[in-house]
Amino acid sequence: MEHLLSGMVFFPLVGAALVLCLPSTRHDLIRGTATAFTIPGLLGAFSLFQRFNPEGGFQFVERVPWIPAYNIEYLVGVDGISVTMVLLTALLSTLCMVASFGIEKAPKGYFALFLLLETGMMGTFVALDFFLFYVFWEVMLLPMYFLIGIWGGPRREYAAIKFFLYTLLGSVLMLVALLYLYFTPTPHSFDMTKLGVLVADKIPLKVQMLLWLALFIGFAIKIPAFPFHTWLPDAHVEAPTAISVILAGVLLKMGTYGILRINYGILPAATLAPMSDLVPALGGLSVAFVVLAALGTFNIIYGALCAMAQQDLKKLVAYSSISHMGYVMLGMAAFTDQGINGAVLQMFNHGTITAMLFLLVGVIYDRAHHRDINGFGGLASIMPRYTFVTGFAFFAAMGIPGLSAFISEVLVLLGAWKVYPLLTVIAASAVVLTAGYMLWALQRMYLGAPNPKYADTGWEINGREIFTLVPLAIIVLVLGIYPKIILDLQDPALRQLNTHVTSASQPAARAMRVAAAGE
Amino acid sequence: MDSTQSLAWFVPELILSGTVLVLIFFDLIAVQRDERASGVGIVALAGAIAAVVTSLALWGAAPTWLFGRMIVLDPFAVFFKVLLGLSLVAAILMSLGSREVAGRANEGEYYTLLVSSGLGMLLMASAGNLLMAYLSLEFVSLTSYVLTGFLRHNRRSGEAALKYLIYGGVASGAMIYGMSWIFGLTGSMDYGVIAQRVVALDAQSQDALFVALLLVLAGFGYKISAVPFHMWAPDVYTGAPIPVTAFLAVGSKAAGFAILLRFFNFGIGDAAEAVPGGVAFLSLVMAICFLTMTLGNLAALPQQNIKRLLAYSSIAHAGYALLGVVVFREDGVRAALVYLTVYYLMNLGAFWVVMLVANQTGREDVDSYHGLAWRGGAAPAVALTVFLASLAGLPPLAGFIGKFYVFAAGIRGGAVALVVAGALNSVVSLYYYFRIVKAMFFEEPTAGEATLEFPPFGVGALVALATLTIVLGVYFGPLYDVAGTAMHVFRG
Repeated sequence: MEHLLSGMVFFPLVGAALVLCLPSTRHDLIRGTATAFTIPGLLGAFSLFQRFNPEGGFQFVERVPWIPAYNIEYLVGVDGISVTMVLLTALLSTLCMVASFGIEKAPKGYFALFLLLETGMMGTFVALDFFLFYVFWEVMLLPMYFLIGIWGGPRREYAAIKFFLYTLLGSVLMLVALLYLYFTPTPHSFDMTKLGVLVADKIPLKVQMLLWLALFIGFAIKIPAFPFHTWLPDAHVEAPTAISVILAGVLLKMGTYGILRINYGILPAATLAPMSDLVPALGGLSVAFVVLAALGTFNIIYGALCAMAQQDLKKLVAYSSISHMGYVMLGMAAFTDQGINGAVLQMFNHGTITAMLFLLVGVIYDRAHHRDINGFGGLASIMPRYTFVTGFAFFAAMGIPGLSAFISEVLVLLGAWKVYPLLTVIAASAVVLTAGYMLWALQRMYLGAPNPKYADTGWEINGREIFTLVPLAIIVLVLGIYPKIILDLQDPALRQLNTHVTSASQPAARAMRVAAAGE
Repeated sequence: MDSTQSLAWFVPELILSGTVLVLIFFDLIAVQRDERASGVGIVALAGAIAAVVTSLALWGAAPTWLFGRMIVLDPFAVFFKVLLGLSLVAAILMSLGSREVAGRANEGEYYTLLVSSGLGMLLMASAGNLLMAYLSLEFVSLTSYVLTGFLRHNRRSGEAALKYLIYGGVASGAMIYGMSWIFGLTGSMDYGVIAQRVVALDAQSQDALFVALLLVLAGFGYKISAVPFHMWAPDVYTGAPIPVTAFLAVGSKAAGFAILLRFFNFGIGDAAEAVPGGVAFLSLVMAICFLTMTLGNLAALPQQNIKRLLAYSSIAHAGYALLGVVVFREDGVRAALVYLTVYYLMNLGAFWVVMLVANQTGREDVDSYHGLAWRGGAAPAVALTVFLASLAGLPPLAGFIGKFYVFAAGIRGGAVALVVAGALNSVVSLYYYFRIVKAMFFEEPTAGEATLEFPPFGVGALVALATLTIVLGVYFGPLYDVAGTAMHVFRG
């Protein structure tokens, strides 16, 4: 049995333990060690990328009994749904370590917690045992709470506990659903690869839908979908730069990943069941339509409008995340091959683009100690290189053709058009809003006459910062031109997932058509 | 088994009884020679450890009745004897380092009472007869009243002792009245005989049984501080010396669960299900479970005194553990046993930190934890975070495993609504637990605040408890297996 994935998960944990043993005055040593311990994960990701066989189902599987009396296993593996997320996590972890070199306050604690966080993130994406998944999912909370609460901005205490409470609320509902699913088949099982088949005929559809919704709330808080999103602007704004990157780049994806893996994988029949079973007023609209497609579209518009109203650049980026994650929800609710491929590609692309955006916000904040969009002006003449990179990232976020987000958004819209034409029109028109707030911010901050306050500061982006941005920029550019690199990895698994859901709900598929007609 | 033969299976209790006698004489001699009675703590500790070791030796012994069916010896009893013995050991270790206890003139008296209380708890775990149940419970209560009031010149301590006494008196009065009804209905005080006869009661008598069970429940509920019999807990926990508070919170509560679990799983639970009034009784205990966890958590939210906060939290935890009881299934008992074990670790750890901090600052309010991590208390602060996160039920810590199993038992027992309530409750609890974490880590010390120094022994104990909390959170198979053996109550 190969231990590639276990290594990727637990190497950072070893690093965390080691960092804690270092003398607390040696800041350089601490940073270096912490970064070094993310490198094996990155190398592992390269190896995974090369050797992953898209047609091969679950790969690099490791299965060890953990608590045999309860049939809990240490079961990890990757398939087309998770492989890109593992790559993204490894990449962003290393880059964010480098981006954290400026941390002066208790760096030992910071880097140890960061490494623990990486273990949690990796573990969540590779876990195939539901219990294990839940443990990793929760393991992330504590480090995140401290990273925001100790190293964050002025309102960090509020933001940290709000993030913690929201996420925990979602996960306890997940715990109840998890237990219910576990006890349904005999012998009881937590194996996520089999649970779908095991419980299919054993739980009445109505109960399945309740479980689906309980799980969904847990994941929707993470995405975050309206109305569970209010923790996000607070957490993102208060978190230190690298942590905002991780939050937006990796943690948000766990919400949509969870829905694909667990809601779709284990409860496919409930996914397309008509809502009328629970709420008669909603008629034949399917669950996926109501909570994913409609809510996702609302997210797109709502996030964009909120972003437009922001004065704080970081808040603007935070709301743009809400908006962009809406495309993921819309795409995955369509159950067309383009739609779901676009959604998962968008998860990856949003991860890289939003990481750039937050890093860039961090660069200017480190220098000016504020993020007020109206407080700058003419930065292009003060920091030309910085402005160039920012312009690139902003255009990428807008979905300009040639850059990666364009491909994923178009795929989502193409895929959704066949099923939800009205929603697609609304979602597509939001691209104008996105361009609006992005360009407007760009204009206010970078163009025009330079703010005299900053005219002679000699600010420019430094080598370390460029080092964190360039790999992301290359990926954005390459995937904008040749998205097949990622699409090939995920496509077979996603097609299979589509069939899995639609075939499990043949009667319910009708409900979806009704939904489409009812628009 | 007759009384002489029984003695061989009664070693832990004999050792504790002997320790009590030795302590009394040791104290007398030490006082006569005008020496400070500092050795009493060590004597008590040795006795307690010997009791734990001899209890462990009883694990695996064939279940049997002792002393003419007064006392049961079964894995269930042994499990609790070990757990309660360990609570006693921990309470003594805490007392040795407590500013409130160590070095006082009446220290000898204190350890005598503490060990007596431990002896009573061991008896509670194995009582198989109403009389024995009542006597042991009362013995524990009486010693606890005095221990609570140990700080003689502290008004809060005295007030707490008096409140405890009054509430305890009422509860045990109700309980003995209920027991007399049971005796009247079945003609016996022996659990085994009662279990056989309750099922054969006529309809009218079954209604009477319902009332009797309620009254008995009041006595047991008071011991585990279940709502609405919990009123004493916040005052007593706040007023008592911290080691005593910890002992009440982990030991006394576990002993209460032992007596409750044995009584209701001895066929009386089945009987309750069979009779018409029994359905009402089941709904009633479910309501008590719900109220206990909800009220405990909600009341903890605004608390400023950390002992009071932990008192309400311990009420809430009694509610979670009750979830394992109210499903009236063996896996529920198993879950409750796991829960009480992990609760022992994390709650004890939390109180230990509270004691160490109070030793230094003389304060017990949440504000005194302000910036603790940055002024010399990094290790206690991290340890307390582990304990509090575990109390809140976050994986991969032991507290999560406890919750996981009681929730699992609830789901299997069909109490899904209670499980959802319990799950939501743990979100509420997170808020008040992490108020302390926030104070310790997020608030920075103001200039001029003294740096604290913590004794290596105390920090070592915290590290050990925290490590166990993490280890049990990751590798809980053995504990679950042990609880699986211990869940079978001997009915022979």
